[in-house]
Amino acid sequence: MNKQNSGLLTWVNTRFPLSELWNEHMARYYAPKNFNFWYYFGSLALLVLVMQIVTGIWLAMNYTPNSKLAFDSVEYIMRDVPWGWLIRFMHSTGASAFFIIIYLHMFRGLIYGSYKRPRELIWLIGAVIFVLLMAEAFMGYLLPWGQMSYWGAEVITSLFGAIPWVGGGLETWIRGDYNVANATLNRFFAWHVVLIPILLLALVLIHIIALHRVGSNNPDGVEIHDNTDDKGVPLDGVPFHPYYTVKDLVGVGVFLTLFALVVFFAPTLHGWFLEPDNFQMANTLKTPPEIKPLWYFMPFYAMLRSVPNKLTGVITMGASIFLIFLAPWLDSSPVKSHRYRGALYQLALGIFAFTFVFLGYMGQEAPTPAHADLGFRFTELYFSFFILMIIYSKPRSHRSYISILVIAFLLIFALDWLRVGAIPISIMLRTWWIPVLYWLVFISLPIFTRLHLPEKVPARVTSK
Amino acid sequence: MSQKDQDKINLKRRRFLIATTTITGGTIVGVAAAPFVFSMEPSAAAVAAGAPIEVDISKIAPGELITVKWRARPVWVLNRTRPQLNELPKLDPRLKDPDSKQPQQIAACVNGYRSLKPKYFICVAICTHLGCVPTYRPDIAPPDLGPNWEGGFFCPCHGSRYDLAGRVFDGSPAPLNLPVPPHYYINETTVRIGELKGGGEKNWHPKTW
Repeated sequence: MNKQNSGLLTWVNTRFPLSELWNEHMARYYAPKNFNFWYYFGSLALLVLVMQIVTGIWLAMNYTPNSKLAFDSVEYIMRDVPWGWLIRFMHSTGASAFFIIIYLHMFRGLIYGSYKRPRELIWLIGAVIFVLLMAEAFMGYLLPWGQMSYWGAEVITSLFGAIPWVGGGLETWIRGDYNVANATLNRFFAWHVVLIPILLLALVLIHIIALHRVGSNNPDGVEIHDNTDDKGVPLDGVPFHPYYTVKDLVGVGVFLTLFALVVFFAPTLHGWFLEPDNFQMANTLKTPPEIKPLWYFMPFYAMLRSVPNKLTGVITMGASIFLIFLAPWLDSSPVKSHRYRGALYQLALGIFAFTFVFLGYMGQEAPTPAHADLGFRFTELYFSFFILMIIYSKPRSHRSYISILVIAFLLIFALDWLRVGAIPISIMLRTWWIPVLYWLVFISLPIFTRLHLPEKVPARVTSK
Repeated sequence: MSQKDQDKINLKRRRFLIATTTITGGTIVGVAAAPFVFSMEPSAAAVAAGAPIEVDISKIAPGELITVKWRARPVWVLNRTRPQLNELPKLDPRLKDPDSKQPQQIAACVNGYRSLKPKYFICVAICTHLGCVPTYRPDIAPPDLGPNWEGGFFCPCHGSRYDLAGRVFDGSPAPLNLPVPPHYYINETTVRIGELKGGGEKNWHPKTW
């Protein structure tokens, strides 16, 4: 900011570090000049967070958190409150948009190694934000008190009942009643509008503070602070403002266009963003024909359902999220970006992305044994990727690759052995090759080829 | 006391003060948290609404089934006829869990009839597949259920089949038998559903409702 700007600014600056903050986080925060498409999603997530808070406050002005009145109050917002329909659809579409953006934001971190040293803490805080976001979305979905709200909450809170010894008491404690009831609706409302938003805002703030301490990663995974001019300004950096504020504005424009298309022309997105069953009021004595969560929980729901034992299913689902937290310590390869990690690691990343999407697809399929089995195969692939992260951290001897392969095959066989009785063997015989082929490719190719070896990382960012 | 003594830090005393303050403060925070944790338990009204219920079984005719509501769940009381009871042991080879090994009933009901008295069968009427309410189909071999049907419960949602002891048939999507909740007989004609004699198992949970 200009020095001769005003006496007012000086007056403020002597009492509060306004210009200092602006410079530290905007005008003199140097970000790598080679940001690409994937770098839109951080600022977009912030935009959607603000939008959810604003629309949420406006919805709370007319919503009634009471199991007898909640459903009608949402219909009241939709029909009688001026522009209520728009604010409600912005909020419901915003929830789905938030998850699309966050999943892409996380995948960006994964492919460019942004979780690695020195950015482990940014990743950890981000993972906590992701878990809180899931809690926020789940609790928000109960509030309209529709059929799917009620039964979804009933199914998910009953997962706590699977915990040995304390489960039953814990389930009742979380619900505040013996089933999902008015007490549950009230507390979910309090958590959805007060508790979790406060935590989210605080965590987003420290996510950004932690980022600005270590600096942004980039598609090449090169540290720009290793090459600076005599003033300490990175040679490959540009000030965040105005360069990236303007770039992000383009992203905002494109995003809002797509967002408006959904809000105005397909607010339920054919049942994907708002489920048809939820336009009926909750009925504790009548279940909808199929209980399923919204799309953003589907991959995890598919893992839960594909494990025959309920408690093991809950543990599997918990572990699938916990592994995300561990990424910085599972992958200790010095190379950050996928660009220089070797062809096999790139293939593994691609398969991981496909696995996640495919699990999401399996989550909304009917729960037949064949689907449970296919879901289990892809759950195996999901976990395999994280194990592969450890193995691919450095080149290993032929002998280790062979032992890893043997252990992997034994493990795959053991897991199938445990499922005998729950899943017909004839069905397992049709799909056993999926994890076997995965491990065969990723462990035997390093023996015969050099596809797993990282390439040389350039000293400076490439202008790609 | 010289100036030097005044500047000297008594580390031992400082550590003691830090330790005692931490322990005292921690205890206070822990105790203060208790009301907030307990506040989330079911309220007196919820406990009262979820109290055990008493059902008069004297007016249930043989073969008749009544539905009562307990904790927002439908509960069946079925008066089984002699031929219906005789059929049960013959079905064992066709069932997933004929001996009630899964924790879907109170211990006293782990028997061939899954009940305290053979005649009266009490269970929560929620399919263990996805929570639908099954239908009571005592008719033998009706056209829609096929010639093997000896009377039982049929779930219209995804076709799960149970016998008249709530035991699930092989080939059903439902994994488990229908849950038998805690209950006991106060006298010959009244059953109390929701707890055991003496008030035990009030928070009983099956593997799946």
